[in-house]
Amino acid sequence: MTEVKLPRRDFLKAAGAASAAGAAAATGIAACSPAAETAATAPPAEPEIWLTLNATEAAFVKAVVDTLIPADELTPSGTDVGLATFIDRQLAGGFGNGAKLYRSGPFLPGKPEHGYQLALSPRDFFRAGISEANAWTTKTYGKEFDRLTVEQRNEALTAIETGKAQFNGGFTSNFFFDNFLQLSMEGFFADPMYGGNKNKVAWKMIGFPGLPASYREEVKTYFNKKYDKEPQSIADFS
Amino acid sequence: MVTKLNEVDAVVIGVGMTGAMIAKEFTLAGLTVVGLERGPDRRPREESVLPRIRDELKYVQRLELMQDNSIDTVTFRNNSEQTALPIRRWGAFLPGEGVGGTLNHWGGMHWRYLPTDFRIRSTITERYGAGAIPGDMTIADWPVSYDELEPYYDKFDKMCGVAGKAGNLRGQKIAGGNIFEGARSDEYPTPALKPSGGAVLFTQACNNLGHHPFPAPFGAASQPYKNIYGIQLGACEYCGFCGRNSCEANSKVTAPTHIMPALRDEAKFTLRTNAFVSKLVYDRQAKKVTSVLYTDMNTGEEYEQPAGIVILSGYVFTNSNMLFHSGIGEPYDARTGRGVVGKNYCYQFEATATAFFEDKNLNPFMGSPGDRAVIDDFNGENFDHSGLDFLGGGYIRGGSGAEPPIGGRAVPADVPSWGSEWKKETVRWYYHAVEFQNQGSVYANRANYLDVDPIYKDALGRPLIRLTYNATKNDHAMSRYMLTKIDAIIKEMNPTHYELHPRPLNFTIVPYQSTHNTGGTMMGTTPANSVVNRYQQSWAAHNLFIMGASTFPQQHGYNPTGTVGALAYFASDKIVKDYVKNPGPLVQA
Repeated sequence: MTEVKLPRRDFLKAAGAASAAGAAAATGIAACSPAAETAATAPPAEPEIWLTLNATEAAFVKAVVDTLIPADELTPSGTDVGLATFIDRQLAGGFGNGAKLYRSGPFLPGKPEHGYQLALSPRDFFRAGISEANAWTTKTYGKEFDRLTVEQRNEALTAIETGKAQFNGGFTSNFFFDNFLQLSMEGFFADPMYGGNKNKVAWKMIGFPGLPASYREEVKTYFNKKYDKEPQSIADFS
Repeated sequence: MVTKLNEVDAVVIGVGMTGAMIAKEFTLAGLTVVGLERGPDRRPREESVLPRIRDELKYVQRLELMQDNSIDTVTFRNNSEQTALPIRRWGAFLPGEGVGGTLNHWGGMHWRYLPTDFRIRSTITERYGAGAIPGDMTIADWPVSYDELEPYYDKFDKMCGVAGKAGNLRGQKIAGGNIFEGARSDEYPTPALKPSGGAVLFTQACNNLGHHPFPAPFGAASQPYKNIYGIQLGACEYCGFCGRNSCEANSKVTAPTHIMPALRDEAKFTLRTNAFVSKLVYDRQAKKVTSVLYTDMNTGEEYEQPAGIVILSGYVFTNSNMLFHSGIGEPYDARTGRGVVGKNYCYQFEATATAFFEDKNLNPFMGSPGDRAVIDDFNGENFDHSGLDFLGGGYIRGGSGAEPPIGGRAVPADVPSWGSEWKKETVRWYYHAVEFQNQGSVYANRANYLDVDPIYKDALGRPLIRLTYNATKNDHAMSRYMLTKIDAIIKEMNPTHYELHPRPLNFTIVPYQSTHNTGGTMMGTTPANSVVNRYQQSWAAHNLFIMGASTFPQQHGYNPTGTVGALAYFASDKIVKDYVKNPGPLVQA
């Protein structure tokens, strides 16, 4: 734990298995950051393994999903419910690599009416977007996104969401945000087998019962009555 | 090198719903049939089973059952002045792929068109005078009437096991059903679904306002049902996963569940999947298609399949594109109005609304699209358009449920889209939303059409098809009017909060709106005004028959599937009875 000469994120990666909280303290991340708070109260962290995200990207993704889904009385943080893992797996797989995406050129600038027109695969789009977002927060706050305070993260993400953050990569910050939010919400509410929605926490939060979803009688017996059942996932039926 | 295969009686291009229907009817009549499907086979016992079928990410978000854009897609622009760009990932509409085609993932709304829809140009002219139809509105009467189609609507209903309640049985109006519908020769094969909480609220409000609400007809059996091919089907489970997904209960109508079990082992039928048809070989002199060329997408090898009868039953875009690539029929020219292939492309114009009822528990995950309630009071010519600034209309539907959580979490528009506040508000409203929709007609306009894209190519190197489409003044005026009706219904329901969603000025390819694309190979009375005749037979090649909503002259205020099915049975009946014995034009030009 004394190899402070290592680039910060390589060090974090190595130290992650031992103690995320200790690592955060050792590298001077503000003690009030949500990640540090959660880590202090959570059970020992599992080793962080990324299929495709590099350390900078992983730190960004964790910080953003913790801002989108902060730990509160309803759920643990985005990272703790598996959203960073979910995003990493999605970007590493078929979706991230542009499966079923028409990728022939020419790549002409489209209007919003045209939908996605970039030459980038989703993986490369997220790579570019993360890089642009970090460049913008560095210009604005002097730091990359994951090193901002909670207040700054909320402020920065709002600027990115509303297109006020200047991106130079051929797409707007709000376009990047929309795609990031969509992927995060997919992870939050998808079946837990994909890595997000750990312990069916999002389903419990809203009262979605999951499987088996056979309601031929219940549609009548629970008419105007809350169907309050412990959710079940695909794994519970496998 | 192209391998030439032995001639068969008929080849079916696209083994979706209509392709499978025709193949089944032809084999029953003793014809040998080869089905060429460019997607994979789909076997319900492997694909549509618990627990894997309850996977919203895979089916609803990642579009597991949809056409692969990387192989073939559509380019799009709002008007002829723009450069069209490819739809790189499906958004507004979702063409399917594989055995069963687009109907595998339909929402099941199963309708007949109004008797007046079939003669819409005549009806409007009779009611409002010859000047009532704007010059650029290229609507046309259908060359077939409701009464002629009725026996085939009925047959299709009975193949499907449709759930619903008749409102016009042999001319007798029945309260609680759709009293505006054309006369039905028989009741629905299975009873209407149980209504969702939202549908009950909607029905009460509509009754208070003097409208005529009824349960939505649904393309799934509400109780166990044996269809006309002897296949035992299950009852709807109200699972909530209908849209974009197949059905593990064998209840929702699809070719793999309702037809393939009675066709797959038929000796006279051969199914070839991953067989991508690139071209019809056209003999202009003989006015016939002699064979079809296809690529086996597993091996890359090319084959030529000769056939006596050619059934083109691809999705709407495939049908027009196949004619363009094969040089069959004169392409439509929007500047001159001449030509027919690609003409009268239409869509569905759906205005929506959401209302929240904090004191009601609506269990949003339960149900099916078929547990909605509907009014038809403002559809087509069911109401007087005198003094209104538009023609057309559509049904209005209301209800709750069938909303899995990634895509179906309505919250008021002023709620933030993330953070603790978003979580609180999502929890607050999740059980309490009712959705409303107007299934708006799109009356054809000369500026909206399909043609060949000059830039982009598919995986076989063929040009993509190009869609030029925007909403018209007429459609926007219609939609605004329908929203005033929805607004009045919602007010009568007394919600905690509600929001109307008017249509954006320009049609946009994202987000999802409707898969009801129509036209491009429209039917009509002469080769000058249409691509096919009333029997869906090509004017240019008498052994070529085209199936699907691509033959609609325009789109009316209903989901197209019921009419697509009726037309397929109408055509196959004529082919089997008359064409096979005496091949040639079934209607003299």
